[in-house]
Amino acid sequence: MGSGLLIRGGRVIDPANGVDRECDVLVIDGKVSQVGEIASSAEGAAERVIDARGKIVAPGLIDIHVHFREPGDEEEETIASGSGAAVAAGFTSVVCMPNTKPAIENETDVEFIHRKGRQTRKTHVYTMGAVTKGREGVELAEMGFMADAGALGFTDDGRGVQDPAVMLRALKYAGMFDVVIAQHCQDDSIGGKGVMNAGYYSTILGLPGIDPLAEEAMLWRDIQLVKKTNVRYHAQHISTSGSVGLIRQAKKDSLPITCEVTPHHLLLTEECCTEYDTNYKVNPPLRRAEDVEALKEAIAEGLVDALATDHAPHLQSEKELEFLAAPFGIASLECALGLYVKALLEPGIVDWPGLIRLMTSGPAGVIGIDKGTLGVGGQADITIIDAGAEYQIDAGTFRSKSRNCPYHGWAVKGRVEKTIVGGEVRFEL
Amino acid sequence: MAALKRKGRQTKWGHKHLLGLRELSREEITYILDTAEGFEQISTRSVKKAPPLRGKVVVNLFFEDSTRTRNSFALAANRLSADIIEFTKKSSSVSKGETLLDTARNLEAMGIDIVVIRHEAGGVPKFLSRNIKACVVNAGDGYCEHPTQGLLDVYTIRKIKGSLDGLKIGIVGDIAHSRVARSDMWAMTKLGAEVILVGPPTLMPGEVGRLPVQVSYSLDEVIEQVDVINMLRIQFERLGGNPFPSIREYSHYFGLTVERMKKAKSDILVMHPGPINRGLEMESEVADGSNSVILEQVTNGLAVRMAVLFLVNQAAAMKV
Repeated sequence: MGSGLLIRGGRVIDPANGVDRECDVLVIDGKVSQVGEIASSAEGAAERVIDARGKIVAPGLIDIHVHFREPGDEEEETIASGSGAAVAAGFTSVVCMPNTKPAIENETDVEFIHRKGRQTRKTHVYTMGAVTKGREGVELAEMGFMADAGALGFTDDGRGVQDPAVMLRALKYAGMFDVVIAQHCQDDSIGGKGVMNAGYYSTILGLPGIDPLAEEAMLWRDIQLVKKTNVRYHAQHISTSGSVGLIRQAKKDSLPITCEVTPHHLLLTEECCTEYDTNYKVNPPLRRAEDVEALKEAIAEGLVDALATDHAPHLQSEKELEFLAAPFGIASLECALGLYVKALLEPGIVDWPGLIRLMTSGPAGVIGIDKGTLGVGGQADITIIDAGAEYQIDAGTFRSKSRNCPYHGWAVKGRVEKTIVGGEVRFEL
Repeated sequence: MAALKRKGRQTKWGHKHLLGLRELSREEITYILDTAEGFEQISTRSVKKAPPLRGKVVVNLFFEDSTRTRNSFALAANRLSADIIEFTKKSSSVSKGETLLDTARNLEAMGIDIVVIRHEAGGVPKFLSRNIKACVVNAGDGYCEHPTQGLLDVYTIRKIKGSLDGLKIGIVGDIAHSRVARSDMWAMTKLGAEVILVGPPTLMPGEVGRLPVQVSYSLDEVIEQVDVINMLRIQFERLGGNPFPSIREYSHYFGLTVERMKKAKSDILVMHPGPINRGLEMESEVADGSNSVILEQVTNGLAVRMAVLFLVNQAAAMKV
């Protein structure tokens, strides 16, 4: 092809390579060819020169936890609409969760997701496979075949693997393939029928609660299983201060354990449910202000490996239900960066390199892909960010098919200007 | 009628919905009770009817089993000359098919004025009130609130004791799953009573310590102190798992027996929201005894519900 792209004068932040300085990035043949001061004589090789002065030039953002609902619930989202939303939000790679209908549980399913992603030509679309057949928590799914087909890990997300013996078996077996087992930590025997955090607010609202213990009991159990098997384990969307304590100890013990945090667990609390607005119904539920603080502290301490949206689109007609009956989930993919800026950057918990690491090399490390950096020779997935740009979140303009976004109307800073995937500009403002 | 005579004064009621008692002030609750007093005598006349809701349509939208509350609302609406539609349906907590909102909007399209709703999910009345134009009256939502029950309970106490200020009131049973306990607690504490919740820890709601009440696990200790004891019905349909080992053991610790009543104040009021599980929450002799005001509660419920229908309709009319 020989198409070249020269990105001039941006603040290049590449945390994995310790880069944070004003310079240029040259992309040739879809790969990063040079990062540094590039002579104007090189401009000839570039088909297009992008003026990035005053902007941040970062590795393409990665979200390792999205629900694109295909196959099964295409009315809510498709891989095309979801990755269209993702690319507009600066993401160049996403990992779909396997709780589709049917679940992603064999190599054909994995290939289907990949094919749809390729055809859409927006972001790289990856998927995790189910740990157990039908996500029923009983028999192991064909993890080997799925891993060979490119599945980047396994989870029964939406539900935790309840039976400790099954979880132990899954970890042992996965050890053969060097993949990560990700867990939605929630012990259903404690939190099974709950729809919000258990505590004062569930008491006065008369709604069944999900005790923080439901998450912590399973996470504690899994940590014991990881000690035994030493297989990579990823705790998805941790939400309680107790979980932070468990992760802190596990990392101190050098266990192969990673974790992620969502924007809503950093920005919203259980108190948001007071009006029974189902856009605040999410699983794990919104917790107390103390938990939000603990999660922020964990990020400040470097205990959190990745930020992940858990983008969970639902139809308005489904969310316009009784709080008890409405489905769990928040659609936040399209405003993710602005939310993280508000939650973490503005209060000074992280700086820009810190934030970008949590959205690039951090998540890439969790799933074990060679992405999330601007290393020379790597695929040119690049996101250009206008850090100062303030805008108002308008769910009505989302490219996602769903509007279940509690942040509608919020003013946030940090806007994605261009998203480059494999050297191609796939989104520009 | 006392309620109508008050017209000249500044109205102390401006809500077109009655969703719960938590959000009401002492003055607002008192205003409903005062209004109910005025309606009480309608039921003692030979012609048991008054015209304030003539031409209005009330729908009883019940997604959960109920006999007394539904009938009480129907009768209250009838006595105020409203037309009443009965709509009973087992709720289906599904996200596909006709939703609750579809149902409500369909009813609204028929031109209803007041929706009296009971639903198994907490928050449904509030949810409806945001989405339809009619007045919404909560007749029990999950284990959130049952405001007219709370009102009739405090009405009954006030009528006999004169005031709730300084009274000690015990509420006994499955507090965690009880909307009656919640509405009672809000109303009673706002009116100046001290409330003690009594039951096993497995039937106490989360962070109960943050509620404006005391908590006790011993009915024996509480029975000696209280002026009123409200025995909740054990609702087997709501109990998850196995919160107490057996009915026999529950009754042993938390049943209101003749023996326990001997330790109570002689003028204690014994209440129950009904229907009673005789021999479980209380022994028959106590339920039918001289301290029991259980049937007065039912009678007073009618006046309270008339007052509520009257007031929400009046507030809606003023807002137009």
